[in-house]
Amino acid sequence: MPLLEVRDLQVRFSTRGKTVYAVNGISFDLDPGDTLGIVGESGCGKSVSSLAMLGILPKPAGRVHGGQVVFDGEDLLTLPDERLRHIRGNDIAMVFQDPMTSLNPVLTVSRQLTEALRTHLDLGKKEAAAEAASLLDRVGIPDARQRLRDYPHQFSGGMRQRVGITMAIACRPKVLIADEPTTALDVTIQAQILELLRTLVREEGMALILVTHDLGVVAGICERTHVMYAGRFVETAPTGELFANPRHPYTVGLLKSVPRLDAARKQRLDPIGGAPRDQTSEPTACAFAPRCAYASTESWEQLPVLRELDGATGPAAHRVACWNPVPEQDLVAAGIRQAPTGRQTGDQPDEERQA
Amino acid sequence: MLRYVAKRLLLLVPVLIGLSILVFAYVRALPGGPAIALLGERATQESVEAINRELGLDQPIFVQYLRYAGNLIQGDFGSSVLSRRPVVEELLDRFPATVELGFAAILFAVLAGVPLGFIAAKRYQGVLDNASLVASLIGISFPVFFLALIMKYIFAVRLGWLPSIGRLDITRSLEHPTNFYLLDAVIVGDWAAFVDVVKHLLMPAIALGTIPLAIIARITRAATLDVLSEDYVRTARAKGLTTAVIDRRHILKNSLLPVVTVIGLQTGLLLTGAILTETVFAWPGVGTWMLNAINNRDYAVLQGGIVFFAFLVVVVNLLVDVSYAFLNPRIRYQ
Ligand SMILES: Nc1ncnc2c1ncn2[C@@H]1O[C@H](COP(=O)(O)OP(=O)(O)OP(=O)(O)O)[C@@H](O)[C@H]1O
Ligand SMILES: [Mg+2]
Repeated sequence: MPLLEVRDLQVRFSTRGKTVYAVNGISFDLDPGDTLGIVGESGCGKSVSSLAMLGILPKPAGRVHGGQVVFDGEDLLTLPDERLRHIRGNDIAMVFQDPMTSLNPVLTVSRQLTEALRTHLDLGKKEAAAEAASLLDRVGIPDARQRLRDYPHQFSGGMRQRVGITMAIACRPKVLIADEPTTALDVTIQAQILELLRTLVREEGMALILVTHDLGVVAGICERTHVMYAGRFVETAPTGELFANPRHPYTVGLLKSVPRLDAARKQRLDPIGGAPRDQTSEPTACAFAPRCAYASTESWEQLPVLRELDGATGPAAHRVACWNPVPEQDLVAAGIRQAPTGRQTGDQPDEERQA
Repeated sequence: MLRYVAKRLLLLVPVLIGLSILVFAYVRALPGGPAIALLGERATQESVEAINRELGLDQPIFVQYLRYAGNLIQGDFGSSVLSRRPVVEELLDRFPATVELGFAAILFAVLAGVPLGFIAAKRYQGVLDNASLVASLIGISFPVFFLALIMKYIFAVRLGWLPSIGRLDITRSLEHPTNFYLLDAVIVGDWAAFVDVVKHLLMPAIALGTIPLAIIARITRAATLDVLSEDYVRTARAKGLTTAVIDRRHILKNSLLPVVTVIGLQTGLLLTGAILTETVFAWPGVGTWMLNAINNRDYAVLQGGIVFFAFLVVVVNLLVDVSYAFLNPRIRYQ
């Protein structure tokens, strides 16, 4: 039995008579030590899914419409809040996007670090403070003991995110959800924070769910990646396979819009045309059809579900929810993949994309 | 922090100088004069002039001001035309009554207003939220003296639960080492007197505190609504803290910041309200004293009273700024 089992999770928002269909049935499993990426453009429902799993959707507008989130044999969605509270921050913890706003400005870092320790682990004041200092030290904050007395505004952005990560890992959770942990940081700091996450996850044996809109971020960390569009997973595969052999037109679009270091200089970045789906109705067809060059009548009429490709199952499974998966020669033409035989005309990159 | 306080106290000097000029000019712009007030409408020209000469009112106005300012620097506010007692002496007698009343009113406003606003925000657009909106609109638009009169009629005249005038039952004797009656009762250890003082304080404090209560409730509600959608509240939830801890530590502490500022801004309003409330409840404070002074054109008393009020406003605002810095580390460390 997996550590965390998400089945057909659906989240909706109702505000002023309008319903937003934010998450429309996502499913995945997470085993101890797994690293999982969820990638998709802004508004596709990544954050909302994470919040729903922890039972902290913005109330009263947001509510879980259906599905299950089974952790350790219990469905978190039906658990009474008091029980769920003991799991939040203790077994499943979360790192948030913006370290400038997600720390409380009027409380010391020590206070914010020790409160989870004291709530969940029943530590005394002194023990909690000592533990907080050693945690800060661990995430690479110099003078940890001194800095405990400081307030968030006395830290730089990168340091604040380190504090945010410390807060999340304080109780040694089994699952760490990191929601765009590097988006608000500048590039050099991003790399450091990702490296830190990678190390922590490896050393603690935590399972990681890394949520991001940046394929480059999942490449270095996640074994498996789910691509999300309009509240659904449209493609899921081991990360290497996804980069080498993307089959959903949206995934291909995402890959083409990421700058590549190894790409020939003449290759242009190619943003995906059109706007994300307006989510005010329940999807009944392929949500990507309006932006898709491959869309057929079926795409406009029927909702595609995830289907296995190539017969690979288990951890190697590659699934796509698409009526017309991108053909191989188009991948070659897009410069994502090498031609199967050596004979090919036109420009192509000489190597497969690397993580 | 200490330097900041010292700087603010130094700023008080120009404020008070400017104020003394304004007050001086303003008081003299009132029609009539002390002579008429003392002698009545039908006084002879000679007797009016005699009194004016005695009070120095026959001098040119700037000479009068210089004399007044000169005395002021030595801490001499002059004497009351009516009682002939020094203004400072009378002020010392009366200001504790007003400060006690004002403090009780603010205490009432905060203790009731903050929880009310907080709960309204947490039940955003619920029945309680809407009810509190209506109640606070009524509270804000209700004239202080009218509320005072109604309360007096119901609780003193009709029901006879509470005394209607004064600070202490006249049959009761209590020593007054400080003139803050609550404090006096505690110092002397006379608990029966303490209860009596509280009973006398209750209605005036509620009447005076109602408008600030309504305003504080509205501000708390608005601030709490803002804070509720802050990222750090979500972080606190994700940590699995109890609702009580999230409310108190993470939400309330942040939403109190604007409330503290409002308390400072309310002091001026409170003091005007105090004049009305004191009049209705025959409260022997600075308010009734000044009202008398206005009726009698008692310039010295009026000037003293206004300068005192201004001083109070400045001091309270200083206290507010200091406590704001105390609550908000981003200010403290600048
Ligand atoms: N409080 C809310 N009220 C109404 N709709 C909401 C609310 N929060 C999110 N939504 C809607 O839910 C959908 C998914 O939002 P979500 O925040 O999960 O996006 P995201 O994938 O995390 O995007 P981003 O990359 O911008 O963080 C969006 O269409 C958004 O409009
Ligand atoms: Mg998000």
